[in-house]
Amino acid sequence: MNERPSFLLDGDEVPFEPGQTVMQAALAAGRYIPHLCYHPEFTPHGSCKLCTARINGRLMAACTTPAETATEVESETEELNDLRRTLVQMLFAEGNHFCPSCEKSGNCVLQALGYDLGVMTAGFRHFFPDRPVDASHPEILLDFNRCILCELCVRAAREVDGKHVFSLAGRGLGKHLIVNAESGRLADTDVKVTDKAVEVCPVGVILRKRVGFATPIGARRYDKSPISAQALADAPRPLERNHD
Amino acid sequence: MTDVTRRKLRVATTSLAGCFGCHMSLLDIDERLFPLLERIEFDRSPLTDIKHCGPCDIGIIEGGICNAENVHVLREFRANCKILVAMGACAVTGGLPAQRNHLDLGLCLQEVYLTDPGVAHGMIPNDPELPLPLDKVHPLHEVVKIDYFIPGCPPSADAIWKFLTDLIEGRTPKLGHGLIHYD
Ligand code: SF4
Ligand code: SF4
Ligand code: FES
Repeated sequence: MNERPSFLLDGDEVPFEPGQTVMQAALAAGRYIPHLCYHPEFTPHGSCKLCTARINGRLMAACTTPAETATEVESETEELNDLRRTLVQMLFAEGNHFCPSCEKSGNCVLQALGYDLGVMTAGFRHFFPDRPVDASHPEILLDFNRCILCELCVRAAREVDGKHVFSLAGRGLGKHLIVNAESGRLADTDVKVTDKAVEVCPVGVILRKRVGFATPIGARRYDKSPISAQALADAPRPLERNHD
Repeated sequence: MTDVTRRKLRVATTSLAGCFGCHMSLLDIDERLFPLLERIEFDRSPLTDIKHCGPCDIGIIEGGICNAENVHVLREFRANCKILVAMGACAVTGGLPAQRNHLDLGLCLQEVYLTDPGVAHGMIPNDPELPLPLDKVHPLHEVVKIDYFIPGCPPSADAIWKFLTDLIEGRTPKLGHGLIHYD
């Protein structure tokens, strides 16, 4: 019988299928590595760096690094979680995240990561940028104040909906979300409220209108259990091979 | 144990650009106030009406910084408190008052006091007793060093209780799942 290939994650063996990334193998094996722009259904983007792990001594994004044998991966360390906290803090300071009035609160991945990592303050000076919302579409609200530039909407539109609705424009601090319409308004794109791109936004940018605050505080997704537990519950598992 | 001989910790609290919701949440610890008062005594606080802060072990501040007086009070707290705590979303992030930060302050005042429908014979208040509003609202840590943060709008009574008991017992305060909240 062939031994399955494996690598070491924080000292424990994690088996993998050839072609899997470190993130995919870890989640499939029930091991959580914090992540924000990674989503099991889409091509990894590798931009948020929340999943940064020490892989054979080097800092690498676990969501884009292919799993290989004879690799040592460190993830659950104070050093890495400190770096992750700083990344989350920068995202909070850069946008306008006023959670008490956000429809996504309680179901928000950024917020849940902050809770799980113990982020008590943004720490940095808040930018308080001026980013008007786009309420032009009858069924969908776009609140740019909370965009974390993860490109999940871009990927979902392209890979699932088969359209080009969203894109990121500009560079560095000026980077921002745009929509594919000459007017720049969401109402003039071919987006549909049923699109995957609308559902997938991990924060409160792309919001379906008239459904906000439907779930009471206490019953929302991350009220029930922390994101580390939910990510594992949701992770795609390979067919259990050791039983066949 | 000689609990009785232990000196009570002196605690000051204040609300700056806040709504007193955090203080209400503090009172919401209900009967746990009794054991708390065996360990602490209040200095300057809305609960004592003492007007200025003396030397304290812990200062707890609700609300962010929106006017010149807020800055003075915050500095008084920092100068007198060994440990300074930002309590609630406004103290930690600027919160609701900071939602005006992308607007021009002059236009805000004009709209509220002069042009808003329903305002008759309006004027922008200019009594010299009134503290001048700042151009932008700031979270506390942008003005002085803050030692601990309790997020939440407001933080729940249980979160405040957990934080205070940890701190009083000399543990590093830690709010776990369910107690740490930004909303
Ligand atoms: S998007 Fe998330 S972190 Fe930002 S305000 Fe909304 S709930 Fe808070
Ligand atoms: S709109 Fe949402 S999904 Fe799209 S990039 Fe911004 S945060 Fe990501
Ligand atoms: S989850 Fe890997 S870089 Fe974002």
